[in-house]
Amino acid sequence: MMLSCKETSRLLSQGQDRELAFGERVALRVHLAICNGCRNVSAQFQFLRAAVIKLSDDGSKENSA
Amino acid sequence: MQDALLAALSAESSFAGRSNLRTWLTGILKHKIVDTIRRQVRDRPAAEQESGGDDGDFDALFDQRGHWEEAPDAWQQPEGSLQQKQFLAALEACLRDLPERTARVFMMREHLGLETSEICKELGVTATHCWVMLHRARMALRLCLEENWFGKT
Repeated sequence: MMLSCKETSRLLSQGQDRELAFGERVALRVHLAICNGCRNVSAQFQFLRAAVIKLSDDGSKENSA
Repeated sequence: MQDALLAALSAESSFAGRSNLRTWLTGILKHKIVDTIRRQVRDRPAAEQESGGDDGDFDALFDQRGHWEEAPDAWQQPEGSLQQKQFLAALEACLRDLPERTARVFMMREHLGLETSEICKELGVTATHCWVMLHRARMALRLCLEENWFGKT
């Protein structure tokens, strides 16, 4: 199965919310190997998660200070 | 709210002299409000499904074959941005820009760290719909941060 970028962005997001099936992981890996744009989006989705955690941490620090 | 007031006024005589009007009125208004909230909660799943089972709002980013119209660029120095107060303010602004429901699901997931299954159960929506809303949130935040932070040089 050849993924489009649109399907890839959807799977990248779902990968943060559920365990992807083996076939999905393979298809994702194949697509990411050849697609710069989707590799960037993958990194950005991961960064978003870290950023919200950082925002939460800073918020609680300010509240307790 | 208006029918609550009408109901209160028409029932007023039966309570004459027995109750502080304000307290009682407040009480019945609250009951009405609770009813309204209950009704909203009950109706929500259906309305939620209607409002979109797909993420068509981002179709414009892709061509007909589903490839990027304009391939996303890498963000420069994202780790460094995390240390900057202005970046966190920009992120917060982007979160506030999300539709309320989308933001609620996203923050339940990313801020509270709930499992998707717990969130779906809490909100009475399908897992598929939860994933759609989370994807929508991430796509919107990605675009917002690109526009307001990473795209600026």
